[in-house]
Amino acid sequence: MQRRHVAAALAALVLASFASLFIGVGDLTPGDVLDPDAAQARVLWTSRVPRLLAILLAGSAMAVAGLVMMHLTRNRFVSPQTAGTTEWVGLGIVVATLWLGGTSVLGKMAIGMLFALVGNGFFVWLLQRLVLTDIVVVPLVGILLGGVVSAATTFLAYRFDLLQSMDAWVNGDFSGVLAGRYELLWLVLAATVVAYLWADRFSVAGMGESFAVNLGVAYTRVVLVGLAIASIVTAIVVVSVGSIPFLGLVVPNLVTLAMGDNLRRVLPVTALTGAAFVLICDVLARTIRYPYEVPVGMVGGVVGGVLFVWLLLRARRRAL
Amino acid sequence: MIEIESVTKSYGDVRVLDDVSLTIPTGGITSLVGANGAGKSTLLSVAARLVPADGGRVRVDGMDVATAPGPVLARRLGVLRQENAMSVRLTVRELVAFGRFPHSGGRLTAEDHRLVDEAMAWFELGPLADRHLDQLSGGQRQRAYVAMVMCQGTDHVLLDEPLNNLDMRHAVQMMRMLRGMADELGRTVVLVVHDVNVASCYSDRIVAMREGRLVAEGPTAELMTPELLRKVFDVEVEVHELAGRRIGVPWS
Ligand SMILES: Nc1ncnc2c1ncn2[C@@H]1O[C@H](COP(=O)(O)OP(=O)(O)OP(=O)(O)O)[C@@H](O)[C@H]1O
Ligand SMILES: [Mg+2]
Repeated sequence: MQRRHVAAALAALVLASFASLFIGVGDLTPGDVLDPDAAQARVLWTSRVPRLLAILLAGSAMAVAGLVMMHLTRNRFVSPQTAGTTEWVGLGIVVATLWLGGTSVLGKMAIGMLFALVGNGFFVWLLQRLVLTDIVVVPLVGILLGGVVSAATTFLAYRFDLLQSMDAWVNGDFSGVLAGRYELLWLVLAATVVAYLWADRFSVAGMGESFAVNLGVAYTRVVLVGLAIASIVTAIVVVSVGSIPFLGLVVPNLVTLAMGDNLRRVLPVTALTGAAFVLICDVLARTIRYPYEVPVGMVGGVVGGVLFVWLLLRARRRAL
Repeated sequence: MIEIESVTKSYGDVRVLDDVSLTIPTGGITSLVGANGAGKSTLLSVAARLVPADGGRVRVDGMDVATAPGPVLARRLGVLRQENAMSVRLTVRELVAFGRFPHSGGRLTAEDHRLVDEAMAWFELGPLADRHLDQLSGGQRQRAYVAMVMCQGTDHVLLDEPLNNLDMRHAVQMMRMLRGMADELGRTVVLVVHDVNVASCYSDRIVAMREGRLVAEGPTAELMTPELLRKVFDVEVEVHELAGRRIGVPWS
C-alpha cells in the first residue's frame, strides 16, 4: 500500500520534472542537455533548474505545512490557505514595506512570519473558545478572518500605492524565479525536515490533548512548534513565489484519504505529492497559452478548487 | 501508590470536587463508584493531570503530577477517559503502537512490537489490526483504546468506565485481564464502574463518591452493604451472598 503510493507519486514527479525543464520560450531540448551551447546552458542553469527547484521546494513544504495544521487543529479543512495564514503574511509584507523599511526580501519574510504566527495563534485561540460542531464551519471562520485581513491589506496597499506589488504574492507565479533570487526557499526544506522529525508528536497531538498528555507529549509546545513551522513555510513561500491556492488543503486531504493519518508514514508522500501538484499546475500554466504564461496560482486555484468542492461534498456525505 | 490530598475543583460556582483526600495503595484494583455527576471522572482526570485542580495535590510514587515531567509520568501512569472522540484516522495497530511512545519515542524496538502484538491478542484485535478506527464498532474501538493504554505498560492504570460498549464476553475478559495485571504484575488499577456487582466481584477496594465528596472507602466486602449503597445511589438495594460473592439486587 505505502510503497505503491510512494512509487506513484515519485513517478509523477520525475516525469513532470523532466517535462518542466524543457518547456519555455528559450530553445532547449533533452538532447541539448548533454552538449549545450553557451546560451542553452545559461537558460538551463539560471532559469529552468532554479524554477524547477523552487517549485519542488515550495510545493512539498506548503503541502506538509497544510498537513501539520490539519492535524493540530483536528480539522481536515484547516490549512494555511483556509486559516488566513497567507493573508496575514500579505499584511506583514505591506506593513514591512511601508513602515519598517523592509524592502529587502529577508525583512519582508521576517515580518511576514511574525504576522503569520500571530494570525495562526489567534485562529487556534479562537477555535479553542468557539464550540463549532460542524467540521466545515471551522475553515469558514478562517476564510472569513483571512478576508478581513486581506481587506485591511488591500486598503493599505491602495492608500499607499502598493497594489501593483500586491499581485506578486496574491497570485503564485514561478516565472520570476531566477538563479540568485530564489535561494531563501531552501529554508523551507529545513522546516519540512523538522516537521518530519516531529511527525510522531504531531500525530499524538492530533489524537487530542488528553491522549497527548497521557503519552507524555507537551501538547501546547507541540502545537506551537507546528504552527510556527506552518507560519515560517507560508511566509517564505508567499514572499518568494506567491500564494498557491488550495495546495496545503487539497494535497494533504487526498493523501490522508488514501493512506490514513499516521504522520510519519504520510508526510513524505504528502511532500512528494505537493511538489508534483505544483509542478503539474506550473507545466499547465506554461503550456495553456504558449508562448505566454498564466500565473500558476490561477491554475492551482481552478484545479484545487474543483478538488476542494469534491472533498467538501464527500465530507458532508460521510457526516450525514 | 497514588496520594490525593485535599483536592478541590469547581466549574463556575459548582464545586465538583470538595476537599477529596484518598490514598490508593500500590497493587490491586480500586473501583470508583457513584451516581452520574458525582465527580468520578473529574477525580480521575485530576489524578492523571488531564485536568488541573483548583487546590490540593496528587502524587504518584511521590511525584507531584502537576509538576513532574510529562514523559517520566507517562511511563508510570496511563489513563483512558470516558469519552474518546478521535478524528485521526489511525489503524488499530498504529493506535496500540502509540502506547509505546513514552518508551521508544516512535522508533519501535522488537520488544515494543511484541508488546503491541500481545496487547492486541489480549483484546482479540488481531483480525482488526489494519482497520481504521472509524471502521470499528463502539465496543471494538473501546477495546482498541484500552489495548493502547495497556501497551503503555505503566504501573498505574486509570480507566474511566472501561466496560463502555463491551459485550458480556469482552467485559469479563477485560476484568480478568485487569485482575491478572494487578495480581501477577503488581500493577495499581483504578476504575470507574457503574455496575456495583462488577466492582464487588473484581475489585479489592471500593471508593464511593457523592456530590463531589468521598462517602466511604475500604475493602470491597465491607462496603457492599445495603446502607452504603442507599447512601451513595439513593436506591434500595438488597445484598445477597452468592457463590462467595456479594451481589446487589436493586428494586426488590
Ligand atoms: N467541563 C465542565 N464544565 C462544567 N461542568 C462540568 C465539566 N465537567 C464536568 N462538569 C460537572 O461536574 C460534575 C462531575 O462530573 P463528572 O464527569 O466528574 O461526573 P461522573 O461522576 O464521572 O459522572 P458520570 O457517571 O455521568 O460519568 C457534573 O455535575 C458535571 O456536570
Ligand atoms: Mg464520568
